[in-house]
Formats: sequence, structure tokens, C-alpha cells
Amino acid sequence: MSEKIGNVWVFIEQEAGKVASVSLELVSKGRELADRLGVKLEAVLLGDKVEHCAAELFSYGCDKVFLAEDPRLEPFTVMPYAKVLMDMIREHKPNILLFGATLKGRELAPRVASEKRAGLTADCTDLKIDDFHDPKSGKDYYNKLMQIRPAFGGNIIATIVNSWDDPQMVTVREGVMKLGTPDPSRKGEIERVKVALTAAETVVKVIERVRAEKSVDLRGAQIIVAGGYGVGSAANFKLIRDLAEALGGEVGASRAAVDAGWIDHDHQVGQTGVTVRPRLYIACGISGAIQHRAGMSESKKIIAINTDPDAPIMACAHYAIIGDLNTVIPEMIKAFKAKQ
Amino acid sequence: MSYNILVFVKQVPDTQNISGDAMTPEGTVNRAALPAIFNPEDLNALELALQLKDRYGAKVTVATMGMPAAAETLRQSLYRGADAAILVTDRALAGADTLATSYALSKVVEKLGNVDLVLCGRQAIDGDTAQVGPQIAEKLHIPQICYVEEVQELSAKSIRCRRAIEGGYEVLESPLPALLTVIDANSPRPMNAKKIMKFKRSRTPGEVEKEHTNDNYTQDAEAAVRELRAKGLLIEQYSAADIGAEPDRIGFAGSPTKVKQVMSVVLTAGEAKRISPDAAGIGGLIHELISDHTLG
Repeated sequence: MSEKIGNVWVFIEQEAGKVASVSLELVSKGRELADRLGVKLEAVLLGDKVEHCAAELFSYGCDKVFLAEDPRLEPFTVMPYAKVLMDMIREHKPNILLFGATLKGRELAPRVASEKRAGLTADCTDLKIDDFHDPKSGKDYYNKLMQIRPAFGGNIIATIVNSWDDPQMVTVREGVMKLGTPDPSRKGEIERVKVALTAAETVVKVIERVRAEKSVDLRGAQIIVAGGYGVGSAANFKLIRDLAEALGGEVGASRAAVDAGWIDHDHQVGQTGVTVRPRLYIACGISGAIQHRAGMSESKKIIAINTDPDAPIMACAHYAIIGDLNTVIPEMIKAFKAKQ
Repeated sequence: MSYNILVFVKQVPDTQNISGDAMTPEGTVNRAALPAIFNPEDLNALELALQLKDRYGAKVTVATMGMPAAAETLRQSLYRGADAAILVTDRALAGADTLATSYALSKVVEKLGNVDLVLCGRQAIDGDTAQVGPQIAEKLHIPQICYVEEVQELSAKSIRCRRAIEGGYEVLESPLPALLTVIDANSPRPMNAKKIMKFKRSRTPGEVEKEHTNDNYTQDAEAAVRELRAKGLLIEQYSAADIGAEPDRIGFAGSPTKVKQVMSVVLTAGEAKRISPDAAGIGGLIHELISDHTLG
């Protein structure tokens, strides 16, 4: 245990020079892990002309930012990113390496883990430092990263430990780690990284790229009114929007409603959508499959409106309204307007 | 030219319907306790391969690593239009995490040789990791294109795909060979009646042997395997040694990640406060939420 261990690293995801919110969440969590281990927290920032992002990373707790700037790192493509990261890992030997479980993170992290022959756990929802006794080998491991994730369609929660050499690599779901409070006066060090790419890593060409900002970001919403299959039709989703608007909230949805084409995927809450923890979550006509509950059960207050008193959503609800949402929702809007 | 396309598929437990005894005390999956299905996005990968076969001409080989029973998934692939099938099965491969799995599968690609395209579903519904595809690509030192929606163009030198990115899409062009992971963006074709008639008798050597021990066949198993091969009905079966896998890189031994603990997700007992769905009940609730500053 006296052996010097490596630092905690966070891979910083940026798009057009704006740091992804999941990366800031990971910096916040990474600070906690680094303090627990008594090591430094370092960010790995790749792109072109992205140095300005460093100040924000320092404010959330990074001690150092490794900055790799090169026109070939913009836009993101997986092979050049993997090469630059691998070169850095070989040189600095981090102990822990965190990625957001985004589309980018989920294609980059495995490519790097494969080359490094390191363990990688996907889609973690919690991380802790603890000791681990492997009953199979009889070996003890100290101060390892406990990688906690749902598996098997969300029906179990598994704690995974990486028993091999560092780094211990994980991808972490968006929205599950609490964002810290930035301190703009916090400073850190920038270390420039030499980008050494060969033709082999740049064979994939981006021919076309079409992107739009998300139409809604539910993660920061304090009040969410979500509709499920029980809403019945795309037209009837107006009820959900009306209630959200009246309460000053955002519109969420279950996968069933998104799959039915009633509302855009950006609104989906749950395992394949976003994880939210608002002050108030109103589930309207949502039966509450485990995949949906995985994304909203930590909301402070949950109201479930459903005709079925035995719907699984009731298990995590604080208030159950057993009734038809077509009459309950207008009644809620009326009551709220009357009280204001 | 005709392309060689290899599709990796997986037989998975239907994770939507899990009962308590589906997990072993060690935290591994008791697959026998769940219905086994064709991993949904692997069907999309197979469909993409079959579309390329229709458009450009290709030999589509389907391979899976798993228990002997996974041969059924291979037969279902043949019923849909795959040309050949390979089962990789060996006790030594059991307990593999994604790193050990991708190593073994990369050895299958190497054994086949001359593969132009490797296709996988984005992820399997038992683990949801989406890691095996990119890890196979890295092991083979070939490009990966993840989250593919469609192939726009395939030529002897390169492939052009449209793939999903956060908030939109990208068109990427890669030289061959390449690995694609495919998302739920096409409609897998149904099984074809004629192909079912033809391939329902397809077997792995392991299955042939089992049938010969169970029944009083007059013919010996080896001859039966020879006959199946001659008719194009043999599902090839490889062991870890057949694919040239190093023993310390497969199965438990080759897996850096260990399961420390598994907990079933338990529903908290219903403590929900019942609100009557009328004006009085709802009015009272809204009042309560405004008073405790949840609303307003």
C-alpha cells in the first residue's frame, strides 16, 4: 500500500469547444476519488483550439490539464483519439481513467482498454474506493475502484473490480454524478502534449457531419412532467406539455411513448435515455418498467398518475393518483392556477 | 467482386423477464433459467450484411461464441440468408469479460482470413456494454465505425456509412477491412420458408454426436458429419485451440474485471400516499407541494 499510485484522470469530452456536462460531473466525482486516494486529479483534453476549456476544468477541481491540440483531432474520430490517449497512458500511468458513457466515450474507451489490456466497466452509476478480496485467487487488493453498474436490463446492480494493472477504466452514465460547485479562483497547470499521429490512425474520413443541439436537456430540470404509453396518442401529449408549462417544468417521456413516435428521443428518461433527479417528477400513464425507474427513482418527489393501482411505478411513487390522466391533469392545472 | 462478410451474433437471455433464480451465487448468469433469444441488434447487423449481399454480392458467415445451444441462433441466421455458420464453444472460454471475449473473437477473424467486413450489433441486452465490437477492431488493428445506420456505398477499397452521433449523424468513409457496429435502424427480414426447409437439418459436430448417443443410429457420427459437410449443412465448431487462442488470454484467466458483488434491484415497499382523483384530493396535493416549496 505504500507503493506510489498513479493519478485520477478524466477524459474531457468537448464539442465545438464546449465541455460536455458529463465531463464536469466526472471532474466533480474524480476530485472526491483523488482526495480519498491522496493523488492528483488530471483532465485529458483533446481537440483543436480548446485551451480556453481548461479554466472551467480547474474551477471544478482539476489540478492539471493535459492539453493535446491538433487539427486532426477535430472533429472527434476514434482512432486518433485512442492513439493520443494511449501514448499519454504509457507515459504517465494513471491509476483511474473516467469516461462519460456517451456515444463518443463508449466507442473510445473500449478501443483504448483493448490496446492497454486493461479492464473496462461500462455505464457505471456509482464509484467508490474500497478493498477487495478475490475469493477465487485468494488475493487481496487495496484501495481499488468499486465500479457499480446496473446489468441484465437493470434487474441487478453489480459491483465490478479491476484486478489487473492500471488504469482502472470505466464509463459513467450522464447525469448520475453530482455536479460540484465551481470555484473560479481555483487555478491549475496546463501541460501541452505532443500529438504524434501516423497515416494509420487517420484513414477514416468524415465526409459529412450534421448536428443539432438537443431540443431539451432534462438533466438540469427541477420539475419534469413525463408521459408514457397511457397518454394514448401524439395529440394527447398536449396534456403533458400543458401541465409542464403550467408548473414551469420540462416534458419527459418513457421509452414506450418515444418508440410509439409521440415524442422525440431527447425527452426519454431511463436506462436508454437520460437519468434525472428533479425536485418533482410527475409520471403520467407510465407503468414504470425497471429501465424507466432506473432513470428517475432518485427524484425528490414522485407523483404517479395511472389507472392501474398495481403499476410498478407505484413502488417508487410518493403520491399515487389512481385515475384517468385525461381528467386528473386538467384538474391539477386548474388547482395550481387557483392557488397561485 | 464478392465480399467476405463476417457477422458476430450472440444468444442472450431475455432480460425483460427475469426471475430471482436467474443469478448464481457467484454473480454470473444462470442462462438456463431464462428464455434464450437472438440479441436484437445482432439481427440488425445480420440484416445489414444480407442487404450488402443483395446489392454487391457477398458471402455472409455468421459466428457466435457460447454454449452448444447457441447453435440455434446460427440456424436462425441461416434461415434468414447467411451462407455459413461457425460455433465457437469451449469450457475454457467461459467467464470471459469483454476483453477476453474480444480477443477470442478476433482470433476467429484471423482464422477465417480475407474478411473484408466484420459486423456486430452495437451491444447485447444481457450486458449492454457495447465494448466487444471496438475491442475486436483494435485487436485486429482495423478501423471501427460504431452506431451504423446504413451503408451508403461499398467498393473494393472502402466503405461509406452513415452513423449516429450525439444530436445528429455523420457520414464516414473507411478503407477495408473494417468493423461496423450496427444499431436498430433497419428491419430484419423474416426467416425464409425455403431456407428453413434446407437448413433445419444443419448441425454442429457436437449436436451430431449427441444425437448419435441419444438414438440408435446405424450410421456413425463421423460419417454423418462428413455427409452434412458435403451437403453444405454443417455448422463448423471451433474450440479455443482451433482458433489458436492463448490460454491465459481467454475465459476467467483472461478477464481483468471481477464481479465483487451482485444485488437484485428490490422495489421499495409501496409507501405512496393515495390521492383521490377529484378536485378535493388534487387541490390538497397541490397545496401541500406549494407549502413545502416543491412547486411555485
